[in-house]
Amino acid sequence: MADPEIKSYEPHHESQSAAVTESRPARLALMAVAFAFLGIFLLLPLIIVFNEAFAKGIGAYTEALGSADTRSAIRLTLLVAAISVPLNIVFGISAAWAIAKFEFKGKAFLTTLIDLPFSVSPVISGLVYVLLFGAQGLLGTWLKARGIVILFAVPGIVLATIFVTFPFVARELIPLMQEQGNGDEEAALSLGANGWQTFWYVTLPNVKWGLLYGVLLCNARAMGEFGAVSVVSGHIRGLTNTMPLHVEILYNEYNAVGAFAVASLLAGLALVTLVLKTLLEMRYGAEIAATRGH
Amino acid sequence: MTTAPAQAGWRFRQPSVIPGFGLTLGFSLAYLTLIILIPLSGLLWRSAALGWPEFWAIATDRRTINALRISFGTAFVAAAVNVVFGTLVAWVLVRYRFPGRRIVDAMVDLPFALPTAVAGIALTTLYAPNGWIGKLLMPLGIKVAYTPLGIVIALIFIGLPFVVRTVQPIMEEIDKEVEEAAATLGANRFQIITRILFPGLAPAIVTGFALAFARGVGEYGSVIFIAGNLPYKSEIAPLLIVIRLEEYNYPAATAIAAIMLALSFIMLLVVNLAQSWSRKRYG
Repeated sequence: MADPEIKSYEPHHESQSAAVTESRPARLALMAVAFAFLGIFLLLPLIIVFNEAFAKGIGAYTEALGSADTRSAIRLTLLVAAISVPLNIVFGISAAWAIAKFEFKGKAFLTTLIDLPFSVSPVISGLVYVLLFGAQGLLGTWLKARGIVILFAVPGIVLATIFVTFPFVARELIPLMQEQGNGDEEAALSLGANGWQTFWYVTLPNVKWGLLYGVLLCNARAMGEFGAVSVVSGHIRGLTNTMPLHVEILYNEYNAVGAFAVASLLAGLALVTLVLKTLLEMRYGAEIAATRGH
Repeated sequence: MTTAPAQAGWRFRQPSVIPGFGLTLGFSLAYLTLIILIPLSGLLWRSAALGWPEFWAIATDRRTINALRISFGTAFVAAAVNVVFGTLVAWVLVRYRFPGRRIVDAMVDLPFALPTAVAGIALTTLYAPNGWIGKLLMPLGIKVAYTPLGIVIALIFIGLPFVVRTVQPIMEEIDKEVEEAAATLGANRFQIITRILFPGLAPAIVTGFALAFARGVGEYGSVIFIAGNLPYKSEIAPLLIVIRLEEYNYPAATAIAAIMLALSFIMLLVVNLAQSWSRKRYG
């Protein structure tokens, strides 16, 4: 918050303030360039989604969303998120507890491994499961003999989604819990609380906003993942088609209204995510981990 | 609750009164191994099993080389553009006050939140010859959609928040007194920016570049719609993996994936070296 300082400078010493900030024309020019860039690269794509979705009126929009394939894609996306997000929450909390509350050998290496999925192309995240469970895969024949279907079915989609959303909750909670230290937990334990009580009544309330923040980002990615899911899904309409995959199919069929109608739902989800995320940062900024970025 | 065996001199973990170490570490390791490590080592094992001649034939296939060149080349250009504009956006957000700043700041994260397929069809519609932007560029003879330029546009969209969000916190920490001191000592604004501000920001800018670049290299969803996907011309490496998979050519898909992983790994290593160099040089 260096701003009040600049303002108090300006009226009195125009020349001196110009040395610590840019001149007014330079400032306006920089802002204009930044806004133009953001407008073209961020705002226009968002506007065009809704513009195209409603291009043929609200009737065509609701009709596109009402089709059986679209509804099954929405159901599958919700199902996949409902399985993969809770699993990653459990992992995130567990990993954060082990890493933040204890000192052990190899901790830094483990933290690096958790971030690994972020540096792997989504297509490769899907490919690894094809190599494992596919017909030519390492476990392919074993699974086939037992009638277990993972690839081109819901379990494969869930696995690929878990892979790409793996780090979100953990990397939010680890720095937060490290920052908070062990004092509260040690106090609770010395007063006779057991491990679960300590976690439930002391640790969880301390990290709840950070946890929600991580879950928000995890969920947005889980519902929106395209590349990894595309590789393992097999694109079977009505069965293994998630919303982002359905967008692709409709778009490739030149059904622009349909594609953008489904896309508008995903864009709405993105906007809701951004609003909640901003509210969390404004309201509970101090209770969310200081490290940002993905 | 298991605890590590207490050995003289070497300890797996420091003693602590807090319970649950064995349970949480055990679960985390098991989950990590099942979901990430086993599948990824499966990929490495499969590509190792290919044998050198076959691997080399796939790696030196002209289509593979072109796809890798396009992926890494467009990601590099897009990351470079994002370094310039991302740093500028961060500067405007940190230093200037204007109505709606909070909203603009939140908007920067849109590419993180918007599904890549949605970004892909939106950008394609904008930059197609009859689209809002494509229409304006057409008379100038600039074709964006269905060319490598389109890939760059998509990767600029995807990579922007990485640069802004890496540089922004470091900018916020800059002590204004240093700038004031430089100004009192007679430095002009340009000298202050290049000699005082930039050196402090350099490591963050390098990190932001690396993150945007790494993300761009692997990006798939937003690119395939706008790229046109012409083999040798606008076909990215992740798409070539998908094509080989659809042809049931598992060895080729595996080999390309392994090359991508190796190149990304080398790149991260180089960036880490560059970072420690810039910290030493400017830090």
